[in-house]
Amino acid sequence: MFRKTGIAALAALSLSTGGAFAAGGEGHIEDVAFSFEGPFGKFDQLQLQRGLKVYTQVCSACHGLQYVPLRTLADEGGPHLPADQMRAYSEQFEVYDDDLDDFRTAKPTDHFPMSQLESAPDLSLMAKKRAGFHGPYGTGLSQLFNGMGGPEYIYSLMTGYHESPECAPEDFPGSYNSAFTAGGYPDECKDEHGHPTVPGSWISMAQPLWGDDVEFDDGTAATLEQEAEDVAAFLMWTAEPKMMARKDAGLTGVIFLTVLSVLLYLTNKRIWKPIKHRKG
Amino acid sequence: MSGIPHDHYEPKTNGEKWLHNRLPIVGLLYDTIMIPTPKNLNWMWIWGIVLTFCLVLQIVTGIILAMHYTPHVDMAFASVEHIMRNVNGGHFIRYLHMNGASLFFVAVYLHIFRGLYYGSYKAPREVTWIIGMLIYLAMMGTAFMGYVLPWGQMSFWGATVITGLFGAIPFIGEAIQTWLLGGPAVDNATLNRFFSLHYLLPFVIAALVALHIWAFHTTGNNNPTGVDVRRGSKTEAQKDTVSFWPYFVIKDLFALAVIMVIFFAIVGFMPNYLGHPDNYIEANPLLTPAHIVPEWYFLPFYAILRAFTSDVWVVMFASWITGGIINAKFFGVLAMFGSIIVMALAPWLDTSSVRSGRYRPMFKWWFWLLVVDFVVLMWAGAMPAEPPYSIISLIGAAYWFAYFLVILPLLGVIEKPEAQPATIEDDFDAHYGKAQTPAE
Repeated sequence: MFRKTGIAALAALSLSTGGAFAAGGEGHIEDVAFSFEGPFGKFDQLQLQRGLKVYTQVCSACHGLQYVPLRTLADEGGPHLPADQMRAYSEQFEVYDDDLDDFRTAKPTDHFPMSQLESAPDLSLMAKKRAGFHGPYGTGLSQLFNGMGGPEYIYSLMTGYHESPECAPEDFPGSYNSAFTAGGYPDECKDEHGHPTVPGSWISMAQPLWGDDVEFDDGTAATLEQEAEDVAAFLMWTAEPKMMARKDAGLTGVIFLTVLSVLLYLTNKRIWKPIKHRKG
Repeated sequence: MSGIPHDHYEPKTNGEKWLHNRLPIVGLLYDTIMIPTPKNLNWMWIWGIVLTFCLVLQIVTGIILAMHYTPHVDMAFASVEHIMRNVNGGHFIRYLHMNGASLFFVAVYLHIFRGLYYGSYKAPREVTWIIGMLIYLAMMGTAFMGYVLPWGQMSFWGATVITGLFGAIPFIGEAIQTWLLGGPAVDNATLNRFFSLHYLLPFVIAALVALHIWAFHTTGNNNPTGVDVRRGSKTEAQKDTVSFWPYFVIKDLFALAVIMVIFFAIVGFMPNYLGHPDNYIEANPLLTPAHIVPEWYFLPFYAILRAFTSDVWVVMFASWITGGIINAKFFGVLAMFGSIIVMALAPWLDTSSVRSGRYRPMFKWWFWLLVVDFVVLMWAGAMPAEPPYSIISLIGAAYWFAYFLVILPLLGVIEKPEAQPATIEDDFDAHYGKAQTPAE
């Protein structure tokens, strides 16, 4: 049963999306030290704004962010755009209005548009649905200890376009990407056991970022790596917009409960003292 | 309520007497909270409180989530994202609920293994044990249906695989599967009934928990020695016990607070660690995920389900003797349910006259091997169904059954137990020293 579903999955996945380890070899994932990693990490507001620009000028041509309300761009803990900028930003989109039965200019209460192309997955949750590399041995330890997750995957995918390896035939469809594991893979690049000899696989999306695709307002040089890092951080925010609030609540909980634990420990010790007549 | 002699509630004021003569509810609560409890209970006896807390946490957070959730295939996924983004505090409540399920199962497994080690299932606590197993089954059903509600890829495909198990029952399987799903496949009807039942079952669990507590309050708690509380007189009983309030309430609350520190750290800093990333992809009936993996708490039994493939000799034998009615798939289903049934039958399979594993030198080793077996099965359940994992699962499953069906019955006969303390007081004093006069 499971083998059959596995084969069906490979066939389906080779077309577009997919999870780690589906086809090809293991993807090559770069570890990036993002500002929001760890219990105290925070989103870098300027980085999110740069990422927003990359998304707007490059990604949004095909990919949507259907779960993200435009107004949240002005939220604290996110890109935190001034209200007027957020409103101006919203107006560049046209959304379909059920009541009008027509398209109209987007309002802050609307969401980002959906993907323009059917084959382009929505990016709202991309950083969370690609979060698990689950290695080694399915324990997810690299995710736990190195903070390796979805943003690293997105960064590695954006910077993972390379010349096609020599083993691959010229006309093999798609672009070779060393991080993408869910795509097609030529038989010529497998060893005698059928194991892939190069990391990654072939992806149908053409290389989207090359460097200097956008001009950053804060003067940061728009190298490929910089753009990839910024858009990865931005997509982490779209996937988990309440991350800052969550960590704050978690920390408050931990501190409060630690104090409560100490008090209960002392209470417990005291009430049991007459029961536990200590030796000597 | 308890068979152990102790002070009962006496209404003093006229108002108390008035109520007590009409509804003795204060007396019931008093007797419940003041129950004499063996004073030597160790830290493995805290999980009951943790479990009660989990049930309350899940019900409270769940009711709030249900206010904002839409059980419809086109809207369920988006409504969860709505909770995560637009509902005040919704993201934290959802993560509490999601990780609360994991805490629930951590606690229930520790609680069950504590019972297995200290022989808490043995007479006279068989009914407590059986009710506990029913609670565990209801928990699994509730958790499984809850996992379907976000309508992610793992929700959908997990539901497809698990309900497919019922389809493996010969002759009537497909009809049962269709009846459970409300149609030929997992679809809107399935999502609606799972939502309805996911809301209902926790209250069934709450009722079973009340019975569970009633049952062990009737027999009295087990304790690490397995020796019974002396109940000849109140004075005698008081040497072995202390009242639940305040001694164990405070102790348990302290343990609960420590566990909550860890729980809040996980919810606050790594809430998706125990989840599967594929569940952030909306369900797509046309796209099967590469690996369909259940949540971690189902993995040991999932491994047992998958262990019995058609090339295992017991499966071939069963298939031959039943003329092919029992095939590998149905055998796996029987093994999975059987693995819980044999555990439920432990009170009658364990022949030893000694209750606590502490005084059973051979039992100890087999017990710890069972714990290792459980962890190995959990790991094997997460791995693909191929060698060497399939053979590891098979060995693990075989040991699980052997423990309950062969080892427990045999040990009672061949094992020579060690000396047990005469009373709980002796055990307690051996640890903390003899009672001394207050003047010292």
